[in-house]
Amino acid sequence: MAGAPRKLANGKAFIDFQTEPSRYRHWKLSVQGETATLAMDVDENAGLFEGYQLKLNSYDLGVDIELADALMRLRFEHPNVKVVLLRSAKDRVFCAGANIRMLAGSEHPHKVNFCKFTNETRNAMEDASQYSGQRFVTVVNGTAAGGGYELALATDHIMMVDDGSTAVSLPEVPLLAVLPGTGGLTRVVDKRMVRRDHADVFCTIEEGIKGRRAVQWRLIDELVPPSKLEERVKATASDLATKSPRSGPAEGVKLTQLDRKFRADGIDYGFVRLDIEAAQRLATITVRVAEAASAKSAAEIVALGAAFWPLQCARELDDAILHLRNNAYEIGTVIFKTEGDPEVARAYDDLLEAHRDNWFVHEIRHYWKRVLKRIDVTSRTLVALIEPGSCFVGTLAELAFAADRSYMLLGQFQGDNRPAATIELTRANFGAYPMSHGLTRLQSRFLATPDKPAQLEAKIATALDADEAEALGLVTFALDDIDWADEVRVFLEERASFSPDAMTGLEANLRFAGPETMESKIFARLTAWQNWIFQRPNAVGEEGALARYGTGQRPTYDLRRV
Amino acid sequence: MLDTMNVDYSTRIPNNVGLAEDRTVLRALEGWHPGYIDWWKDMGPIGFQESRVYLRTAVSVDPKGWAKFDYVKMPEYRWGVLLAPQEEGRKVNFGKHKGEPAWQDVPGEYRAMLRRLIVIQGDTEPASVEQQRHLGATAPSLYDMRNLFQVNVEEGRHLWAMVYLLHKYFGRDGRDEADELLRRRSGDADSPRMLGAFNEATPDWLSFFMFTFFTDRDGKMQLESLAQSGFDPLSRTCRFMLTEEAHHMFVGETGVGRTLQRTCEAMKAAGIEDPYAIEKIRALGVIDLPTIQKKLNLHYSLTLDLFGAEISTNSANFYNAGLKGRFQETKIDDDHELTNATYPVLKLVDGQIVKVDEPALTALNMRLRDDYSEDCARGVERWNKIIEKEGIKFRLDLPHVAFHRKIGEFRNVNVSPKGIILSDSDWAKVRDQYLPSLADGEYITSLMKPCFEPGRYASWIAAPKVGIDNKPGDFEYVQIAA
Ligand SMILES: [Fe+2]
Ligand SMILES: [Fe+2]
Repeated sequence: MAGAPRKLANGKAFIDFQTEPSRYRHWKLSVQGETATLAMDVDENAGLFEGYQLKLNSYDLGVDIELADALMRLRFEHPNVKVVLLRSAKDRVFCAGANIRMLAGSEHPHKVNFCKFTNETRNAMEDASQYSGQRFVTVVNGTAAGGGYELALATDHIMMVDDGSTAVSLPEVPLLAVLPGTGGLTRVVDKRMVRRDHADVFCTIEEGIKGRRAVQWRLIDELVPPSKLEERVKATASDLATKSPRSGPAEGVKLTQLDRKFRADGIDYGFVRLDIEAAQRLATITVRVAEAASAKSAAEIVALGAAFWPLQCARELDDAILHLRNNAYEIGTVIFKTEGDPEVARAYDDLLEAHRDNWFVHEIRHYWKRVLKRIDVTSRTLVALIEPGSCFVGTLAELAFAADRSYMLLGQFQGDNRPAATIELTRANFGAYPMSHGLTRLQSRFLATPDKPAQLEAKIATALDADEAEALGLVTFALDDIDWADEVRVFLEERASFSPDAMTGLEANLRFAGPETMESKIFARLTAWQNWIFQRPNAVGEEGALARYGTGQRPTYDLRRV
Repeated sequence: MLDTMNVDYSTRIPNNVGLAEDRTVLRALEGWHPGYIDWWKDMGPIGFQESRVYLRTAVSVDPKGWAKFDYVKMPEYRWGVLLAPQEEGRKVNFGKHKGEPAWQDVPGEYRAMLRRLIVIQGDTEPASVEQQRHLGATAPSLYDMRNLFQVNVEEGRHLWAMVYLLHKYFGRDGRDEADELLRRRSGDADSPRMLGAFNEATPDWLSFFMFTFFTDRDGKMQLESLAQSGFDPLSRTCRFMLTEEAHHMFVGETGVGRTLQRTCEAMKAAGIEDPYAIEKIRALGVIDLPTIQKKLNLHYSLTLDLFGAEISTNSANFYNAGLKGRFQETKIDDDHELTNATYPVLKLVDGQIVKVDEPALTALNMRLRDDYSEDCARGVERWNKIIEKEGIKFRLDLPHVAFHRKIGEFRNVNVSPKGIILSDSDWAKVRDQYLPSLADGEYITSLMKPCFEPGRYASWIAAPKVGIDNKPGDFEYVQIAA
């Protein structure tokens, strides 16, 4: 059964990442003063696909899309919320993790992209805590298994009821022959610093660990008698609120629905266009800068709200990437193009830099950072084509630095009188958008010459033509009009001929030169180990653990260690 | 002839497991036993701990030894560890290990599963003692009081039986779990018992009888299927527990039977034919038959929830692993592996209650529940015989399995006892016709007056036909301490 395409529920043609609280089926977001509650109440009959029920607060991608949306809204719409309580609205069940029947019946690409998205969502919680002072508290009121516990692991503080039966567990290995897919193993040892031997025991006990041992082993932060729970939750929330540096106004910025027009071969957004050439397995994402940077003051920026170009553009780009990742598995290469006036793009970056301490600008910059990280871990070949009329300036230049390769036209195209393309650095390229491993894209790019990024700061606000950009190492190849078409075509065709798996592995290995952080480890291990284990017969074969799950029959394993 | 029995009087614990030489278990029991006695004093029967009760004690597993009667103060009761004799050459009789020799030790790969099974069973044993601890004060006779305490001490022994397995085979985790069995408390907000029905109150004696009829019968079904286990010590433990469980169901069946008897007799004596003339019947100081039906509805439906979801991966795993079989597994004529078989399961499909064939392995809860319902139905028929014999036109019926459910397929719908799906508002209107109302409860409570004179019975219940241990009618089953 694994591998057969699965049908989306309710006749849907694609997975949509846009939603809003009034449409949530699985979460309730409520705000009281400085504290918000995100209550998980999964509607078991509202799965994203047909063929399974989301019992016991188990989740699928649809559940996580709502969570990700809620987290975005907590940052933009609720700048005064300092503490978020993550809890279950179901009695004696916290969350049973990713739905196993959904996983068992999913195509491999869906499984991996599901895990990738859920990881990004968990990271967004940690990002909110670290950079926006929005602290997360998990209230474990009943079974928190697998992904349920991983959700808790992404929060700052885990409280668990001491009722003699509630436990936290990572049962993936004993139960399903796979690994926790949402950073569980890494967070247990790297974040919570559970001793490795304790972690080894914990990860092989299907029923998990409850009571005092869960605290002693650092798996949770505190154990609370059920009758004292609400009192403790309140006290913890108010304590964390007092310590939070978040100080936004009561009124936030409403994230209005994106305006999208779907075509047979793409999507038109306000500033972003997605074009898909299915036969060539190619997608082009074109990002256009606004006509002008009209706002000057922070108040004017806030007044523009979701229509402020940097925010709208980031949201559209985010949606386009997610659409490609989850609805178009056969697209192997994504081309980034940009359009617009470099002056305007530079003006926007300067505006963001000038008002970086404003809460809204702060959130926008961190959002751009997350969107760019999402691009970094997208397992498609990424290429930037820098042509006349383009606008790879500052923030938009990060798209070129995120790409596996970039091609820049020397001079003009014959018969096109637009001036030759340039690229341009701004302050934003030097620290605003670190990658998952903590380095800027320029730092990671020039690992062999650590002084180079600092030298490049001298070039800020200078239009760099193709020769200079190539000489500075900012683009892969500068090509003239005569070579351009053929070189680019050959590259794209060659790329399309390689094994997609080899490409995924190659790109993931090369993109993150430099040190590791917990976040980069999580994605690295997802790409390598989880990708591999999810393919192995021990998990997905006819007699494997996922296929056998729920039948009562034990899996049969290939017993050789690899 | 060798005496296989090994009663170790020096430790006062009747057993046939060589306790005196078993350092592992002795060490564990030394730690656990004082806690158990404290638990019994705190959570056991209230008000009668110093009374001398005419109880049977199992001192060995042979027919002569397993029912020794004498007066004893309950805290001094000799709880023992007794397993049915080991069968030579016993095999695993079902699942993927079918045909292999039964395990005398816990297989490593099933350790966690087995421990869970034992803990869940173990948790129910002390729970009912806790639920019933207030009842002594309103006993309708010394005979009934003695039966209550007999059930209570035997549930205590059943706890011992499960704790023995935890101590003997599950190391430190087993000891921790054994301690937890004493820590959880029925109905406690902070550490409730594991299963729902064991956190419900047992407010009156009719509830007690219904509980021992319906809920102890679930215990019987669970023990029957664990008695099939390929883990031999569990199988042997459960087989012996079943001999005691039979008495608990006897208490329930005869308790309700005597209540019915008394109601019918009183109606006849007063010339009342209409069983629904509730006010008139209640004026006689007996419990009207429609209210008894409501109590039946309540206890049957609560107990059905104990069987878990109709479709269950856990029960499939337990079966395939050879740990928990079906009711009378070895008497069933099939392959005892069930990997290709199906079983009809009642499900809610598009708002209709229909039978759907499901893989038999995952439908084992449903199958055990069906066996249970059949067993209940036979008992209900015996009750109907009593009513019939008295000439009253009334029948007790088991409600539909979808009625009043909190777990499984039907937990989100309202279903009448006849199996009709009702809207929320319709259900609100008829609820009190099908389940005991507040007023019904108050009426029954008003009847719960103690009757402690030997040979006398409360107004609402008939005397038993024969005494316990063939004692005469005025036997003083409990010598109540002043
Ligand atoms: Fe029992
Ligand atoms: Fe019992």
